[in-house]
Amino acid sequence: MSENLIVPTMAEMLAQGKQPEVLFWVGCAGSFDDRAKKITKAFVRILNRANVPFAVLGTEESCTGDPAKRAGNEFLFQMQAMMNIEVLNAYEAKKIVTACPHCFNTLKNEYPELGGKYEVVHHTEFLKSLLDDGRLTIEGGQFKGKRITFHDPCYLGRANNVYEAPRELILKLDAELVEMKRSKANGLCCGAGGAQMFKDAEPGNKEVNIERTEDALETKPEIIAAGCPFCNTMMTDGIKNKEKEGEVKVMDIAELIANAQDL
Amino acid sequence: MSYLDNILFAILLVIGFGYFFTSVKKIRRNINLGTDVNRSDNPKARWTNMAMIALGQSKMVKRPVAGILHIIVYVGFVVINIELLEIIIDGLFGTHRVFAFIGATYDVLIASFEILAFLVLVAVFAFWSRRNVIKLKRFVSSDLKGWPKNDGNYILYFEVVLMTLFLLMNASDLHLQNVPGGFSHFIKAGSFPISQFIEPIFNGMSNELVMLLSEIFWWLHITGILIFMNYLYFSKHLHILLAFPNTYFANLNPQGQFDNLESVTKEVKLMMDPTADPFAAAPVDDNAVPSKFGASDIQDLNWVQLLNAYTCTECGRCTSSCPANITGKKLSPRKIMMDTRDRMEEVGRNIDANKGIFIPDNKTLLNDYITAEELWACTSCNACVEECPVNISPLSIIMDMRRYLVMEQSAAPMPVNAMMTNIENNGAPWQYNQQDRLNWKNEN
Repeated sequence: MSENLIVPTMAEMLAQGKQPEVLFWVGCAGSFDDRAKKITKAFVRILNRANVPFAVLGTEESCTGDPAKRAGNEFLFQMQAMMNIEVLNAYEAKKIVTACPHCFNTLKNEYPELGGKYEVVHHTEFLKSLLDDGRLTIEGGQFKGKRITFHDPCYLGRANNVYEAPRELILKLDAELVEMKRSKANGLCCGAGGAQMFKDAEPGNKEVNIERTEDALETKPEIIAAGCPFCNTMMTDGIKNKEKEGEVKVMDIAELIANAQDL
Repeated sequence: MSYLDNILFAILLVIGFGYFFTSVKKIRRNINLGTDVNRSDNPKARWTNMAMIALGQSKMVKRPVAGILHIIVYVGFVVINIELLEIIIDGLFGTHRVFAFIGATYDVLIASFEILAFLVLVAVFAFWSRRNVIKLKRFVSSDLKGWPKNDGNYILYFEVVLMTLFLLMNASDLHLQNVPGGFSHFIKAGSFPISQFIEPIFNGMSNELVMLLSEIFWWLHITGILIFMNYLYFSKHLHILLAFPNTYFANLNPQGQFDNLESVTKEVKLMMDPTADPFAAAPVDDNAVPSKFGASDIQDLNWVQLLNAYTCTECGRCTSSCPANITGKKLSPRKIMMDTRDRMEEVGRNIDANKGIFIPDNKTLLNDYITAEELWACTSCNACVEECPVNISPLSIIMDMRRYLVMEQSAAPMPVNAMMTNIENNGAPWQYNQQDRLNWKNEN
């Protein structure tokens, strides 16, 4: 694939005396996880298509500290936060977009008190604003009429009350949006939050991601849409466990939109 | 009534309310064992929360069956207690149906009390069935073995007894009101849509006997109410009072926002300050309490968390929505709240027994009540917080206890330690070099 992604860094922008419209916070999963990197690239393709002047921190980005904080390590969290805030403030960042609800929540809610005050949006909100402003048009393409169910990420939904932006994007694809019995404020966690992603589960009778995958499969979807790289991993694992990977795909909203436009 | 009755009644009231206020004082004292947290900001939003969530029951109806049944009992409780005012005046001054002079309005009031009392009986029967016949999972889970299970049923029995006495009282009163030519002080007052059907049971009894029964019902009813009020202190039923302050003082921030520990901020700032003298002695502050990171016992929790524990009525909506609990893990957010209250009351009894001073008892909330296994099962998904009909946050207690485990005891599970080491060393939870963060750009 002859990819031609335009991904300027904040350092390059600064050297040219430019300030981007928005800083794209890629996050650790988006930078390193093979599955999540595809989401990152899909989002960048859309940004490139809509000619959004954005930049990334690149090698100057570091973990927001979210998993450390949820694990109880407030020291490590605040060290990460203050280092990141120094970098962000040095570049005079104003608006940040991220495809990870954990980064989103931490940057938006927990950084301001430590001196990092930015307008922070989730990528689904940002994409919706591009549509609303007429900077991006989307068509259903291959997803027209497909049954898609959306799994609410805890840190986007309950944590920050963002329920509609991802759903509106799915509807824009002319897809059939089907809701799970537990959705929106009643959505069930995928099992990755609160640092669970990085440890084995405590003894029980089921894995949380299996329970949630069953919720999703009940809706007989062709696609399970996610808005979080960690949910994506958990749901993908759940689908594999149920041996449904031939019939059901787990895709990020950004991927749906990029693929619909053949980007 | 003779004066003896009035004096007896006054003594009864003084004992009832007196004991109640000593209990209230103990609750206050115990809640104040917690650390301080400022919840005085944004009074407008706080009053709105209280009006919507406590007074308006907005979160209760998210589960419609329980929600509607609860509203019946709640409205019944509030409205029928208006009658209590008349009962107290009648008791103290020897009057009988002192408000009867308001006429038609009085009829409407008494009639609505009666209808509500009947509806409460129906709702209470439904509640009892949910616990004891249908056995809904959240009412038969291991959290509720022993006292909590009995407590739930005792409250329902109390309500049956009180409502029945109220209706019997009215029925006997009605019977005497209907005596041709009138009887004693039983004036025609009130409208009795329910107790008119009970009234025939008094047919064939002498008027004197019915009057005696009527007085017995009246005394039992008011005594029952006073006992019930004092039972609250020992029961999960305190929520009927504490739901109001609890929803007022609840967290207003987005649910995903966890507090940043101030004590840590100070240290981190010092660490990152290039001008700080690494060999300087720590500044001396005589008032400084040696800070402990996180919570291992109830004194480390803040007073709102302790108020939460007293407010919890053990409905179990939190636990029934907890992903860890649903998948068979030990964690139950309800148990976190129940354990916090049990430990707080244990500490309170210790203070009572030792003349106002807490003598360490070699126990803590952590380990003796809540185990690390429970704490580590939490996904921090906020389902429990979202579900709670009175805005309790079990999650905040779980997080504070995790902080203690990690920062004071370095007792995180091994893989979590590895994740944290990675963040410390290379700025990501996995072992990837920070210099490789932008490699995705050129990968296919």
